[in-house]
Amino acid sequence: MNNNGTVATLLRIFPYAKKALPRISLGMGAALAGQMFALSIPQFLLHLVNSLASHGTIAKLIPLVLLVLLMGALEACMTLLRRWFVLTPGTHVEAGLRRSLYAKLQDLPISFHDRWPSGQLLSRVTGDLSLIRRWLSFGLVLFIANSITIVIGLAVLFSFHWILGLIFLVCSVPIWFRGYRFEKEYHTVARLSQDQAGDLATSVEEAVHGIRVLKAFGRGDFMAGKFATDADSLLKTELKKAGLSANILIYLILVPEFAVGLSLFAGVWLVASHQMTVGALVAFFATATVLRWPTESVGFLLSMTQDAKTAVERFFEVIDAPVDITDPEQLQTITKPLGRLEFKDVHFRFADTAADKPDLLRGVNLVLEPGESVALIGITGCGKSTLTALTTRLYDVTGGQVLVDGIDVRDLSREELRSHIAMAFEDATLFSASVRENVLLGNPDASEAELKQALEIAQAQFVYELPEGLETRIGEEGMSLSGGQRQRLALARSVAAKPEILVLDDPLSALDVDTEAMVEAALRTVLSTTTALIVAHRPSTVQLADKVALLEEGRITAFGKHSELLATNAHYRYVISSLDEEAAK
Amino acid sequence: MTMQGVQGEERTDLTKAESREIRRRSLRLLSSLVKPIRARLGIGFVAITIAQALRVAGPTLIALGIDQALPAAMKNDWTPLWLVAGAYLLSAIVTAVLQSFFIQYAARTNQNVLFDLRQRIFKHTQRLSIDFHETYTSGRVISRQTNDLDSIKELLDSGGNEMIAGLLSMIFTGIALMAQNQGAFGILLISFIPLGFLTRWFQKNTKLEYRKTRVASARLIVHFVETMTGIRAVKAFRKENANQEKYDVLVEDYRYVNARVIQLFGVFDPGLKMIGNITVAAILFIGGSQVIHGDLGLGVLTASILYARRFFDPMESIAMFYNAYQSAGSALEKISGVLEEEPSVPEPANPVALNNPRGHLAFNDVEFHYANGKTVLPPFNLDIPAGQTIAMVGTTGAGKSTLAKLVSRFYDPTHGAVTLDGIDLRSIANDNLRQAVVMVTQEAYLFSGSVAENIALGKPGATDEEIVAAAQAVGAHEFITSLPDGYNTDVNKRGGRVSAGQRQLISFARAFIADPAVLILDEATSSLDIPSERLVQIGLQTLLAGRTAIIIAHRLSTVSIADRVLVLEHGRIIEDDSPAVLIAGTGKFSKMHKAYRDSLV
Ligand SMILES: Nc1ncnc2c1ncn2[C@@H]1O[C@H](COP(=O)(O)OP(=O)(O)OP(=O)(O)O)[C@@H](O)[C@H]1O
Ligand SMILES: Nc1ncnc2c1ncn2[C@@H]1O[C@H](COP(=O)(O)OP(=O)(O)OP(=O)(O)O)[C@@H](O)[C@H]1O
Ligand SMILES: [Mg+2]
Ligand SMILES: [Mg+2]
Repeated sequence: MNNNGTVATLLRIFPYAKKALPRISLGMGAALAGQMFALSIPQFLLHLVNSLASHGTIAKLIPLVLLVLLMGALEACMTLLRRWFVLTPGTHVEAGLRRSLYAKLQDLPISFHDRWPSGQLLSRVTGDLSLIRRWLSFGLVLFIANSITIVIGLAVLFSFHWILGLIFLVCSVPIWFRGYRFEKEYHTVARLSQDQAGDLATSVEEAVHGIRVLKAFGRGDFMAGKFATDADSLLKTELKKAGLSANILIYLILVPEFAVGLSLFAGVWLVASHQMTVGALVAFFATATVLRWPTESVGFLLSMTQDAKTAVERFFEVIDAPVDITDPEQLQTITKPLGRLEFKDVHFRFADTAADKPDLLRGVNLVLEPGESVALIGITGCGKSTLTALTTRLYDVTGGQVLVDGIDVRDLSREELRSHIAMAFEDATLFSASVRENVLLGNPDASEAELKQALEIAQAQFVYELPEGLETRIGEEGMSLSGGQRQRLALARSVAAKPEILVLDDPLSALDVDTEAMVEAALRTVLSTTTALIVAHRPSTVQLADKVALLEEGRITAFGKHSELLATNAHYRYVISSLDEEAAK
Repeated sequence: MTMQGVQGEERTDLTKAESREIRRRSLRLLSSLVKPIRARLGIGFVAITIAQALRVAGPTLIALGIDQALPAAMKNDWTPLWLVAGAYLLSAIVTAVLQSFFIQYAARTNQNVLFDLRQRIFKHTQRLSIDFHETYTSGRVISRQTNDLDSIKELLDSGGNEMIAGLLSMIFTGIALMAQNQGAFGILLISFIPLGFLTRWFQKNTKLEYRKTRVASARLIVHFVETMTGIRAVKAFRKENANQEKYDVLVEDYRYVNARVIQLFGVFDPGLKMIGNITVAAILFIGGSQVIHGDLGLGVLTASILYARRFFDPMESIAMFYNAYQSAGSALEKISGVLEEEPSVPEPANPVALNNPRGHLAFNDVEFHYANGKTVLPPFNLDIPAGQTIAMVGTTGAGKSTLAKLVSRFYDPTHGAVTLDGIDLRSIANDNLRQAVVMVTQEAYLFSGSVAENIALGKPGATDEEIVAAAQAVGAHEFITSLPDGYNTDVNKRGGRVSAGQRQLISFARAFIADPAVLILDEATSSLDIPSERLVQIGLQTLLAGRTAIIIAHRLSTVSIADRVLVLEHGRIIEDDSPAVLIAGTGKFSKMHKAYRDSLV
């Protein structure tokens, strides 16, 4: 990456920092002013020392000391001002970035989330953003202010005597070379380190989420071993970073000190040969001392800038990710929702499918008339869940159309589409909230009666016996429930949403025979008026539906009543019937 | 309320005693981290001490230059000047080299500490029991291991070395000043009074605020992780806006407390500068009058001023370090809290060896309830002879999984004991127990990584042949080979790359390869289609030969391979006999079985 790259990358953050820019510039001004006050002190020293050298008096001393005091006080005030100008806006920028990132992540399609390791997202939203804030309100401000200070300071040094100035200028040349190389080398390592930190966060997250499996197999130590390997790579990268910083720091410390050493020689010689006053020499050293910190700070400011650049890159990797499932420009709405769901020659393939493999779904044609319930049957991995995900555009079809009441789902806003269709997933996701909030997720305004009804349909009355009834917090931050209890709540949630179309992915898999029968009986009342697509594996669930559709090799190969298919379709018998084997016994 | 472990973690209004206790706890952690690296610290310290001493010699050399070499040079004697300037250059080189060495050296030390801490937390959280994870939530554990560690990292690399360098520089500068100009030194000492007040003020205020930032950032992460984990449901139920609102509030809370601490620092740092600059002016005045009275050389005055200025130079980095220290301090508080937690299912102090386990399980007077009170399993006795295959059925929420979790020691019974081959599970070493008892949990969790890796989790170091054999045994081989990279296909996070049934097959293969004496299957086939389930059952029949097995299933088809059926209701075993007897009887199971037969086609 060249210099341009750094600037161009960092510039991208500015639209997000627009509001803060005026204050950041003011902060820069204050920083610069502060440095200037600091730089001015030696000028007064010059007079002071010269007057002392020529038998000064206390009376002459006092005003000069007061001036020095004033400058010093002003310098401190400027530091205060700088921080005051810059800090609060910096946190606002950070918060803004954090919000945009989250909003974007919620907007991005499932396919993005499938692909991205969770820790990489997390590390972006935490570590990276605070790096950017610190750079904006600290790194950038000081980098500019200090660079200007160094240039001005150099000019001041020249003003004492051109030879002394020249010594400093010549000595600083290696710094520029090193700095340029440093930038390139450091960037690669900084990127690596931030990515590795993300990987580490992923390991952490998975080890926590998968704790039950790890416990069940006693593999905690095994995972810790893997984690240690990852942590070790990060350690090595960090050491490389430190090595680079140390390398440039040698120059940053050595060069000014070396220059001072040379100037000591030259200065004394100049004073001895009456080309310069003692006062000027003293002031010269004082100025060099003032410049010491700005020079040394260049090192960490450079690395900070590179860290920030990497963070910005990583931020924009998410922000720039295409949202290929968006609301259409020409919005259509369903004025009178009936609940007709149609799959018309639907094709779908995952992006990473090998080129020689056929589409997962290759021409699904299926119509669910309003109020009709259809069971979707097929062997494991044939694409049932994928097909259900197409209805609410968790994925978009790669060919053909999904229509709700005759309108392509891609012509509806996602908001509207998802209000017509409610889903229950294979794995019941509950959120950290009360039972009530969880069940009413899709319909927060539902009445108490509706809530009660939904819970009854899903046979989830057990919630009334929880410690705080409907207000009991569940989900990760609350009570743990059994598998079947979770599944019933997820079912209640989809029922409570009162959609025109219900899409249920294997909704009864975790229920025992009795409960299943009760849920089915209760569900029938809902299904008499609601269109439903129900993925099923068991004959008992199939009987819930009016019709059955058989998904086979990416197509619906049979559609009809359960009994008909059973009689006519061999594959259907194979998929759904356990009688063969039972009979064999 | 106590502050033991992670209790009261979100509180910020600690009493004095609690604060002290927590500080002690973090210090203990800190010192245990530092212990192994003491020698390294020593070497680093020497290097930095020399570097700083040389550096501080600078102004003295300048003073010598002005007061001695200059008059000499006026008399055309250049030797002192050569010497002084040469010494200056030499010290500059040595300083720079040492300083740079120190930075690398310190980085290595820091990274080792960080590595150590990372591993400790990771291992410790793995060691902690399920009930801890259930209440503490994954988001918080993650936050401790990411955000909190970051702030310690920041402390280590932003501050540590600079702070030590800075402190030393201050000490040496002080000494140098004292040697040359006692008056100036006196003023320096006086400046310590306001300095102390300022620091105390900063410390007191930031402590509280930093605690708040830790809590706020953990909340943020918890919410973030939950959203991303449940993103499908979020989208399907249009929870985005509600989520965003909640998140915005959390972001603002975090921003606010963060801004607070930064503002405090924004006063602290200029305050230091102000004190420093006033001191310089005062020294200038004293020194100036001394020069006027002829008590002091100009060179010494210059040196005094340079020293005074340099004395306060590192203040900023020390302040920054201190700031980072405060922040890391609160992080350390939280981390030490987690590390203080003890597993409620502890490792036995004197484990009894379990050699060649046969798999005889017994529940003696076992009673169990979860931490929140209600009894899930009222007292019961149960004996499962080695090699028996048990099917466990019952209404949802009856306590089947709970019973299974007692066997795999996710929890310890609240009363009574579970024994394996006559040995209380509580006295079997964890590793030993996990070899003997393996459970396939209700949720089939896959880790990101290849299919092969996921299967091999059941037996680290398994050969490819073993992995393939396990997959074949459960009927997963076929679909795995049809994946883009076969066994090397990455299953993505949580196994999102494969279907629900395929996930179950892979976790099944994982248990198969582990080859335990006691196998527990908690609805391990619930998402499978009937043909796959059939295959699994064939696999099971070979797998279960000579093993004790507890199979929890709602599909009664599984029951056919069982020797014995337990029917659980409200935590009680209401029926317990061979399947044939139960089916022939009139009990609950017989009814269930009839309903099941009727549902078959
Ligand atoms: N995110 C993904 N990327 C690539 N391939 C995927 C992805 N998700 C699923 N697949 C593949 O697509 C196929 C269909 O998966 P899907 O989840 O739709 O199956 P299913 O019919 O619901 O099966 P099950 O009955 O086991 O739930 C599977 O073979 C799976 O490996
Ligand atoms: N970690 C937990 N903390 C508190 N209560 C719990 C916890 N896990 C389960 N429970 C409660 O204990 C009871 C028994 O749960 P368990 O998971 O053993 O049921 P189960 O028989 O496996 O049901 P399912 O067939 O639905 O999986 C339920 O009422 C459940 O709400
Ligand atoms: Mg599925
Ligand atoms: Mg269960």
